[in-house]
Amino acid sequence: MGISVEEVRKVAMLARLLLDDEELQAMSEQLTKILDYMELLRRVETSNVEPLAHPLELVSVFRPDQLAASLPREQALACAPRHDGQCYLVPAVLGEL
Amino acid sequence: MNQPYEIVIGLEVHVQLLTESKLFCGCSTKFGAPPNTQTCPVCIGMPGVLPVMNRKAFELALKTALALNCEIARFTKWDRKNYYYPDLPKGYQISQYDLPLSRNGYLEIRDPSTGSCRRVRIIRVHLEEDAGKSMHDEVAGKADSRIDLNRAGTPLLEIVTRPDIRSPAEAKLFLTELKLLLNYLEVSDCNMQEGSLRVDANINLHVTTPEGVVPTPIVEVKNMNSFRAVERALSYEAARQYAEFLETGKRLGEVPKQTRGWDEDAQITREQRTKEESSDYRYFPDPDLVPVITSEAELQAIRTSVGELPAALRSRLESTWGITAYDSEVLVHQGRAFVDYFEQLARVCGDGKLAANWMQQDIARVLNDQEITIEQFRLSADQLGELLRMIPERRLDTRRAREVFNKMLETRQTTAELVAQMGSVELDDRQIEDICRRLLAENPKTVSDIKSGKIKAVGGLVGQAKKINPNVDPARVRELCLRLIEEMD
Repeated sequence: MGISVEEVRKVAMLARLLLDDEELQAMSEQLTKILDYMELLRRVETSNVEPLAHPLELVSVFRPDQLAASLPREQALACAPRHDGQCYLVPAVLGEL
Repeated sequence: MNQPYEIVIGLEVHVQLLTESKLFCGCSTKFGAPPNTQTCPVCIGMPGVLPVMNRKAFELALKTALALNCEIARFTKWDRKNYYYPDLPKGYQISQYDLPLSRNGYLEIRDPSTGSCRRVRIIRVHLEEDAGKSMHDEVAGKADSRIDLNRAGTPLLEIVTRPDIRSPAEAKLFLTELKLLLNYLEVSDCNMQEGSLRVDANINLHVTTPEGVVPTPIVEVKNMNSFRAVERALSYEAARQYAEFLETGKRLGEVPKQTRGWDEDAQITREQRTKEESSDYRYFPDPDLVPVITSEAELQAIRTSVGELPAALRSRLESTWGITAYDSEVLVHQGRAFVDYFEQLARVCGDGKLAANWMQQDIARVLNDQEITIEQFRLSADQLGELLRMIPERRLDTRRAREVFNKMLETRQTTAELVAQMGSVELDDRQIEDICRRLLAENPKTVSDIKSGKIKAVGGLVGQAKKINPNVDPARVRELCLRLIEEMD
């Protein structure tokens, strides 16, 4: 099966990863190996096996609808590279073209 | 105006659920707090935190799905929808992909002018988290966008319809009915100004051409901030697509799907960034959340909490109280408490039509003037019912009843006290006859006019009778005067 350099470039862009040509080539080779392995697994007869949504046996974990303390704003904002004391600041996002 | 095309519309509605806390953490969902004061490590996506699902949010989602006639998935799970945007701190939204909590429902809508019903099918209803809010301060000329994450993690219901809607007006009708349903279910306040109800629409045309019916490319329309805006944006978009089709001839599949935003000021749609294909979101099961299995018993408990829904309520009011489809439409639209008041009023006064009229006119006017809800209205349905009962019993006419009603609003007196005090007690036949005889004696000119055939002149006598005693029944005065004049001969 395999994954081409072009496909890696597209996925890297979606994940906001900046890869140079050498890295793209390496990624393509490594990911191809992983996919080949998946191909091998695919040959196993699984028609009688129920699909697994989660490796844990646990289901239906809930919490009650109750309020808990939020972070003080200074503390929440403290991790951000830039803020104005009220909001996080990011480079302008434009909705339109 | 017969256009050579059919409009095809599907809607995607996002509704904020009425929970105290967010979907996966205990931060408040309250609207209007100062920016970034309702966040915690979970909803701002700090490493190492784990989301835990809010039970109430899940139950409200199920309740809505049931009311929308959906099939409920006994096994459901959550997935990560990956994309980068500054208001999405984790870099993914927790949503549902291949195993949503419900599918295949419908909502029936009734055209109030024709009374005809149509089913709009629902593809799915699922539960997901909301993103934060980005603010762009272009006026100040700043290069930065400001991000408020208070809303991040608020529980959202996504309701997706099939492309069953055939006109912008029908889209508005569907949304109005959906909003009413959600209000009755008490799952959302549906406040569009506060963003608790958001609508995106997919629209294209099926154009009839000499070569057959041709579908135009589908456009997703966003940024519509009221139901009226939805109707206008879709009307604009239909006309725009037809003009574009005539110009370019482009059909569905020949150009990538476009997203356009509604510009309320300019009343036009504008092109926005191209939508990423669904596979580009690279959905995968969220390993931080375990699946949810719903038992029949749990489902049954939620089913019983659904209660009477608007459509069923309307037909019941029509058959129980003999009111018109229009009346039931208006009453139900005002909410459950208004309907409850109406039904009690109708029971006490014994006349559904009369009660419906008073609800829509006198009471609606007072609520409107005083900017209050029916719960805050100072007269109980029983008190008012006592008053209205006197109308069909012919003890009061509508005009006098209205005067008593207005007095009751000002004072705390009972109907009986006020009717007595205002002299609004019924007159017996003898009293009316006395008044009539007196008037005939005092007005020989009128009497001779009537005798010579000018029956209309009796109106003057009726007017005078009302001055003598405001409680007289004008019809009876008229009848009696004419009879007495006849007897004179």
